[in-house]
Amino acid sequence: MRINCPHCGTRPVEEFTFNGDASVQRPASNDPKTMDQWFDYVYLRDNPKGRFDEYVHHSSGCRAWLVVTRDTQTHEVFGVVTARDHAKKRVKA
Amino acid sequence: MKYSVFSLLKSTLSGHKKWPPAWRDPQPKKDYDVIIIGGGGHGLATAYYLAKVHGISNVAVLEKSWLGSGNVGRNTTIIRSNYMLPGNNPFYEWSMKLWEGLEQDFNFNAMVSQRGVLNLCHSDPQRDAFARRGNAMRIDGVDAELLDTEAVRDMYPFLDFNNARFPIKGGILQRRGGTVRHDAVAWGYARGADSRGVDIIQNCEVTGIKTVKGKVAGVQTNRGFIGCKKLGLAAAGNSSEVAAMAGLKLPIESHVLQAFVSEGLKPYIDGVVTFGAGHFYVSQSDKGGLVFGGDIDGYNSYARRGNLPMVEHVIEAGVAMIPGLARVRVLRSWGGVMDMSMDGSPIIDKTSIDGLYLNAGWCYGGFKATPASGWCFAHTIANNEPHKLNAAYRLDRFRRGYMIDEKGQGATPNLH
Repeated sequence: MRINCPHCGTRPVEEFTFNGDASVQRPASNDPKTMDQWFDYVYLRDNPKGRFDEYVHHSSGCRAWLVVTRDTQTHEVFGVVTARDHAKKRVKA
Repeated sequence: MKYSVFSLLKSTLSGHKKWPPAWRDPQPKKDYDVIIIGGGGHGLATAYYLAKVHGISNVAVLEKSWLGSGNVGRNTTIIRSNYMLPGNNPFYEWSMKLWEGLEQDFNFNAMVSQRGVLNLCHSDPQRDAFARRGNAMRIDGVDAELLDTEAVRDMYPFLDFNNARFPIKGGILQRRGGTVRHDAVAWGYARGADSRGVDIIQNCEVTGIKTVKGKVAGVQTNRGFIGCKKLGLAAAGNSSEVAAMAGLKLPIESHVLQAFVSEGLKPYIDGVVTFGAGHFYVSQSDKGGLVFGGDIDGYNSYARRGNLPMVEHVIEAGVAMIPGLARVRVLRSWGGVMDMSMDGSPIIDKTSIDGLYLNAGWCYGGFKATPASGWCFAHTIANNEPHKLNAAYRLDRFRRGYMIDEKGQGATPNLH
């Protein structure tokens, strides 16, 4: 598996640290009434078989946080964006 | 047919040409009392104990591929009950007790070998932690011995005792731990369940779960609809996919774990040894190959193969523990898909849907649990409530804050 970092170019997988599902969103409120949202955010995962957006840290490279779109069955990488761009896009959507 | 010295002699006289198949290959019936999804170790054990202990034999086990093609045939065959927390250890000790009587119970040679599991420690705090865990084990009636460096040296003189960074300070030994021939576990349970009337249906993939008014009615499969009163999910690795068919979202991620076997060697390692400074565990099979493994690759995956950096990482840990391994050639490596739960502990429970039961989240410790998992899941299905041994493995424990987190690391899907 090789990942095309927007800053560093195509680099081998051992330079990266994976941090899981990028579709989960931290609830905005600390109100105990939002506990179900927190439960969902901390514990529950869609765990899709196929296309998957995940947070990846280029820990042995530029140390940028990225969002990689990858197939969980074939490990094929479809695209890489910075986590910042991913978040911006999500806010727009 | 009961396997015995007499059946062996009889079949010898007929040139071993008249052994009957170990289980039938039935067509699915229109409906069953209980359907189990997943013909791996846990699913087959569940069917076996449903028939044997609870007298429920109108049962089908649906397997999408061939029997035992999943993780029951992909693990490193280790059994142990050296856990610490109260929710875990009585369960795993019950599993060990079932292993000890398993071959006589299901009349099949599963090569249960209690050759001892030794965890190495490399610092004083780690030894203290091992002493604590050993004491917790002994409170639950499990055997545990704390060994000093010399006692470890007597057992395994070829370990790297004076490693500059990770010197071996001792270890904790569970003599009753060991290894089991993994495929034979699937075959033995399949044969035992089949002879009690359970239908084991291979190449039958479930594509949908039908519920009527919040109650399970049956499953859609590639061989048509099959009705049932109760449905048990034992599809670890693919639990999220199967549970989603019933509209459930689980606290689980699927990850790939690799395992390895070396070329055949003369007898070298007679027990199971685990490295305490990295993640590495090794034993030697009866054919002579060293069977070993390490950590999961670390990214979500449903592929039954991993990447080379983890191969290198595992072998580095192995060579740090046993320098002589550097001269051993690896014969094969393979991968299996793990149900990584958010606290490193499994789930055996009812669900919010009437008649739907869940057995999932085994991380990479499911093999040793096979007998107790099947036994407890059968109890849960038959009585519609958990046994006290799996009472802590509730699905709602994450919401209620009763995680069983052996490592004390918090919610992360990389524990075991």
